[in-house]
This record gives sequence, structure tokens and C-alpha cells, in this order.
Amino acid sequence: MESIVTVDQVSQFFGDHEVYSNVSFEVRAGEVFVIIGGSGCGKSTLQRQMIGLLAPTEGRISVLGHDMYGATSDVLTRIGVMFQAGALFGAMTLLENVMLPLEMHTNLPPSARAEIARVKLGLVGLANAAALRPAEISGGMSKRAAIARAMALDPPLLFLDEPSAGLDPTTAAELDQLILDLRKELGITFVVVTHDLASILAIADRCLMLDAGHHGVIAEGDPRQMRDSNTDPVVHAFFHREILPA
Amino acid sequence: MNSIPEARPSRLDVAQDANGVTMRFSGRLDANGIAPLWNNVARTSKRNLSAALTLDLTAVTAIDTAGAAMLLLTERTHGGTVTISGATEAFTAVLDLARPAAVPSPPRAGGPGQSWRAVFTSTLAAGSDAVAAIGEVAMAFLRLPSRARMFRRADLLRITDETGVQAVPLVLLIGGLIGLILAFQSLVPMHRFGADLYVANVVAVGLVRELGPLLTAVVLSGRSASAFAAEIGTMKVNQELDALTTMGVDVTTMLVLPRLLASVLVMPVLTVLMEVAGLLGMTLVLAVNGLPPITVAHEVAYAVVPADFFGGLLKAALFGAAIAAIGCRRGLTTGVGPRAVGLSATSAVVGGIVSAILLDGLMAVLFFRLKL
Repeated sequence: MESIVTVDQVSQFFGDHEVYSNVSFEVRAGEVFVIIGGSGCGKSTLQRQMIGLLAPTEGRISVLGHDMYGATSDVLTRIGVMFQAGALFGAMTLLENVMLPLEMHTNLPPSARAEIARVKLGLVGLANAAALRPAEISGGMSKRAAIARAMALDPPLLFLDEPSAGLDPTTAAELDQLILDLRKELGITFVVVTHDLASILAIADRCLMLDAGHHGVIAEGDPRQMRDSNTDPVVHAFFHREILPA
Repeated sequence: MNSIPEARPSRLDVAQDANGVTMRFSGRLDANGIAPLWNNVARTSKRNLSAALTLDLTAVTAIDTAGAAMLLLTERTHGGTVTISGATEAFTAVLDLARPAAVPSPPRAGGPGQSWRAVFTSTLAAGSDAVAAIGEVAMAFLRLPSRARMFRRADLLRITDETGVQAVPLVLLIGGLIGLILAFQSLVPMHRFGADLYVANVVAVGLVRELGPLLTAVVLSGRSASAFAAEIGTMKVNQELDALTTMGVDVTTMLVLPRLLASVLVMPVLTVLMEVAGLLGMTLVLAVNGLPPITVAHEVAYAVVPADFFGGLLKAALFGAAIAAIGCRRGLTTGVGPRAVGLSATSAVVGGIVSAILLDGLMAVLFFRLKL
């Protein structure tokens, strides 16, 4: 399977503070790749680098064959990003939120943009909420609407930041199922940052575990194997919800 | 490596035979690919409502949900027999995924009748809200002795400083300029009749009775009512008001009363400063035109009676109460979302200015009836 994201010897420092060093991995086309780890290990920082919001201090990140930092809109339209809080535009309806990328990057007539946006909202189960504004919907609906907006241009690669954070278990499970459906039916590759154990085991084909103490990667592979056979105390504690000895 | 695909032109060929109309697509049916085709597809579908329609995808190289949306819309709006042919397994999967999502949009609610009803209802709601607000403030005042802890003197001092002391330079500037402008504009016609001295009467009475309190109210609305609404509105958005309520703290006593009291206290003082600055500006213009300041001062003292001065101060205090109450109320009724605080601040300024002008009109009638 071809590689769609390549992270090569990437390090990140904020001043003298080392977040992580020499992180390398690849994400293959069509897989759900999950970045996990405890709070403060640099998961979100790594994702910010992958989506081009932050330049790595060292190393190189290639997404769809392009350096992401300073990438042009041609490249950026080939990825979709769902931020943790949804980041939907409060002044717009959900339909207008999803139409915005189509308005910015295609020559589609307004009626076509609206129809496509309605389909995207329908795909995430929000067909009847198109006229609502973000303030009028629940957290789970915001996340689904954010996914619909991220999918507006049918990108082959979606980055999701903590998709199940703040959701009840049922809504989180529905969102996990949505990710699996979109991967299966549309072949979308997902890079997901989360520390929700149930979600990791439900959706991840492979996962990468970062650890603040080690300033980098401590495990990579099938999450079920990690849970059952990895002997590293940090990995074991994470998957078995144990408290690490001080 | 999955690089950006080259933009291959998409194309639509329409053929008609005895079996119906065939729309033959080729190239990529993605968002950019369907853009040049969309209107043509809709037109062709509409023109051939009575004929059987075939959407031939044999020459299509890729399809995503945007392309699926176009095909499914055509299928739905045509209404007759529509057959999709030449679809690969992958295309069928995308179409099947999008089909349940491609539903007609619900009809929009609204219409002129409903909007008039909405205006009437919202006006009624605003009226009852105002009455409720006055009632809440009155009750908070009555209960103040038993809730003295909730009325924080430090807040009162801070708000008095922000609302009053920090507004002094602006009030002096505006007052001085208004006095200059009024005197200059009055002097031009009055000079023709040799009535230069009476400019002092006109400007002084106008400033003390009407313009002083009114312009100070505009300044208070712009500076403080918006700040009250934004501050309290942000607290509401951040659920700080909920926290206060769950702590058993009366929000009106803690947040509204200090602002109300501070505004009532500072408005008369700011009004006097505005009037003094205006009279000085007027004196400067008249002095330049040969009228000694002492003569102007005598004329002002003769023209302005105590009832004008104290009536103006009473109006100023009332304006202060109304503007502060409206600013705080807008903050307390702030909605949700990032626009809500901005809307509250805007509405506080507008409401403050309008209420001051309305009150001014009412007071003018009242003073006339009382022969003041």
C-alpha cells in the first residue's frame, strides 16, 4: 500500500523545551492511523505540523508528496481537517459552513454548492440540521458537521483532532462508525489524534504512541497487539488504565 | 506517491434515440469536474422530462460524492425513468453511500405574514422584558440591605472610575468643540442684526437645558453601555453567570446595581463638565469677535435660570440610569456563539441613545406642563 504521509526524523522544540525528537513514521493510503499518548506528549503538535500550521524544528513532513508547511491551496484542498472543538463558523448555518470550501475552490454555481453540501451533511446524518447555526446544535453534531465541512472537497486524507472528546459513549461510537464507513466506502485515509481507548481499539488499523517522558515514539503498530503483548510500562499503563509508579 | 491528479476535462455528450435520451459522461466527476457540466445536466434533464433518461458512466474515470450528488439530483428531479449505466463497482458504492443523503431540502419557513407576526411578538417580548428588568432592579434595590455582601464597593469604585473619571477628557473635548461650533454658527446670522451678545443666551440655554445632558448620554452609551453589555455578555457566554447563580449570588445585585449606581452618580458630573467646556468654547469664539468674557459671563448668568441647570442634571441622572440598565440587560440576555457579545454591545449603544432621546422628549413635555 502506498504511503500518503511521510514523517521523517521530525523534532520539535519550543525554545529549550523538547517536545519530541526523531519521530518517523508513514501513513498508508486507505488506513485509519491513530496517534495516541498521554496529555502533553505532543500529539496535537505533531498533527499541527502535518496539516501545515507549524514548521518542524528539524526533519521533514511530506503529505501527498508535498511539504505541508507553506503548502499552496492546491495541496491544502486535498486534505480535510476537523478541529477538536469543531471550529465551525458561528455566523453561518451548517449548510453555509460546508459550502464555504466549495465556494472558495470550485466554480460550481450556488445551487450546485448547496446540493453538494446537503449531501455531505446527509452523509454525516445532519440533513435536517442544514439551516441551524453551530450554537444551536450539540457537541456531537458539531463534530459531525465539522467532518462534513472537512469532506466538502472530497479530500483523500482527513485529519481529526480528538473526535470523541466530550461526547457520550453512544455518540462517540456513532462517530467511530462514521469514520469506518467513510474509509470503507470512499477510501478516505484518516489520521486521528485521540486518547480515547475505546475509540482507538474500534477504528485504528495502526497506531503510533508518543510519550512525553521519552520525548518521542515509544510504540507503533496494531493497537490490539500493543494492548495484549507490549511490555513497555508506559504502553501497558495506557492500555490498561493503570497508574504509573512515580 | 499519491500526488495531485492532473485536471482532466470532464465532458457531457447527449444523444437521443427511440429509447430515450442518453447523457454520456467522461473524465473525472469530482467537484471541479462537474462544475462546467452542472447547468447543462440540469437543462438537459428538465427538457426531457417525458423521455427515459440514461446516465452513462462508461467513460468516467473517477467519481466522488460531489459527482454522485449531481447524478442523484438528476435522478430525483427528472422524476421519470432514469437508468445509471456503465458504473463500476466503486462508482456504485459511492452512489449507494450518497443516495440516502441526497434528500430534498425541506421547505423554508417564513413569509410576510409570519415575519409581521414575528416583529409583533418580538416587540411584545421586548416590552415585557423591559418591565421585568425594571422590576428585577427595583426588587434588588429593596433587598439590598439583606444582600449587602453581594454589592461589592470595590466594583462600584472601579466602574465609577471607568465610566466617569476616564470619560472626562472625551467629555471636555466634545463639550469644548460643540460650544465653539454652536457659537460660530449662531454668530454668523446674529451678527447681521447686531445681536452678537445674544449668541451667549442661545448657546448657554441650549447647552444647559438640552445638549449637555444629551451629548453626555451619547458618550456614556458609546463608552459604557457597550462595555457593560460586552463584559456581562462574555461572562454569560463563559457560564460565569451560571456559576454565580449556582453559588446563590444574585446577579442583578452583584453586577447590575453597581453599574446602575455608578452611572447615575457620574452622569450629572460629566454633564456639568460638558456644559462648562461648551461655555468656555463659546466664550473663546465671542472673545475673538470682540465681546469681553466678563460681558459674556453676565449674559449667561442672566439667561440661565436655576431650573434650567438643575432640570438638566435631573435629566442626566435619569439618562444614566436608563443607559446602564439597558447595557446590563443586553449583557444578561446575550445569546450564544461568537456574534452574540458583539450584537449585545451594539444593541446596548443603540438602545441607550434612543432611550435618552425618548426620555428627553418626555421631560421636555413634563417641564413645559410644570412651567419650569
